[in-house]
Amino acid sequence: MNTTASPASGWQENIFSILKSGSVRQVAYVPDAGHSHVIERVQQDPQMRDIVLTTEEEGVALVSGAWLGGQRAVLLMQSSGVGNCVNLFSLLQSCRFPFLTLVTMRGEYAEFNPWQCPMGQATQAALELMGITVLRASTPEEAEDLVSAGVDAAFEGGQQVAVLLSQRLIGRKKWERK
Amino acid sequence: MNTKTSANIDRRAFVARLLARCPDALVVTGLGSPTYDVFASGDSDRYFYLWGAMGGSTSLALGLALAQPQRPVIAITGDGEQLMGLGSLATLGAQQPANLTLVVLDNGHFGETGMQRSHTSLGTKLAQVARACGIEQSGEIHDIDEVDALAARINARSGPGFAQVHVKADELPRALPSRDGVYVKNRFRQALGFAPL
Repeated sequence: MNTTASPASGWQENIFSILKSGSVRQVAYVPDAGHSHVIERVQQDPQMRDIVLTTEEEGVALVSGAWLGGQRAVLLMQSSGVGNCVNLFSLLQSCRFPFLTLVTMRGEYAEFNPWQCPMGQATQAALELMGITVLRASTPEEAEDLVSAGVDAAFEGGQQVAVLLSQRLIGRKKWERK
Repeated sequence: MNTKTSANIDRRAFVARLLARCPDALVVTGLGSPTYDVFASGDSDRYFYLWGAMGGSTSLALGLALAQPQRPVIAITGDGEQLMGLGSLATLGAQQPANLTLVVLDNGHFGETGMQRSHTSLGTKLAQVARACGIEQSGEIHDIDEVDALAARINARSGPGFAQVHVKADELPRALPSRDGVYVKNRFRQALGFAPL
């Protein structure tokens, strides 16, 4: 199941660079193959802190606490994790915390596992129901542009933003082990 | 482990003594009675009061503690709020922030909703859970005079720490801090020298 077969694409390295140059200091995550390169790069960077979570909702509170303490933090998760976060998103609205999450999508393109589809197909609407602006990236160029836009919107504009990284961008998951 | 008969600590008195001994600490409160207990001891712009986000106090305090390693950080919450965020104890254990201490005011009940028994009355041993998650300095407090040693550990930033404080299941008068999260957030950040956007 743990198929991180795809080598790091250039856009994934560029996402890391955008977060780094955007002064993001804490990166909280529930892992996903599509985020694995950024997570590895954060782990190697002495100026950044990677924080593995047991559930995504922890990350909503954690990035808010980081902002209270003067640091920028982002949350990396898979689309299924958005559902876990819903009540904690109220923290963002109640306190108007800046918020940036990068969400790798499942259940929308060449999906082998039907169990991924209900939450994957409801991800954008769930985010928007809770007042979070959704930006969707389907190409490497869009991914870089929108993550950069998300950093500015969140940490300069005080907005709550989710950048969805489409399943087509990330590529088909390989299910056969050699 | 005879916790029921030994739960005789007055929660308001405990919190007031603790906070009086930690004048530099940044404090996060879990929703419900812990928020009221902290406010009842006196308001401060170093306090961040949660009125919702149940289960999130440990995680919020962790992000804050990592951002402010030179300051002691205390999350003061209840057993119900901590139980909803049990996984965050594992996340905290993985990070080992020396400046973060969790103080759980454990009355064994969901006090805000009609005093239904919580899991800590039904077998869960929170301090042991915390230690098993890698928070080595984890213990139970049965006597209010133990507050001084707890405060000393908090101020020394020699954690992470976890204190399960066995408090009486009283229903005390509510003491209500501001419910305006934007105000409380900006006030807190300003106290640390950060301007609003």
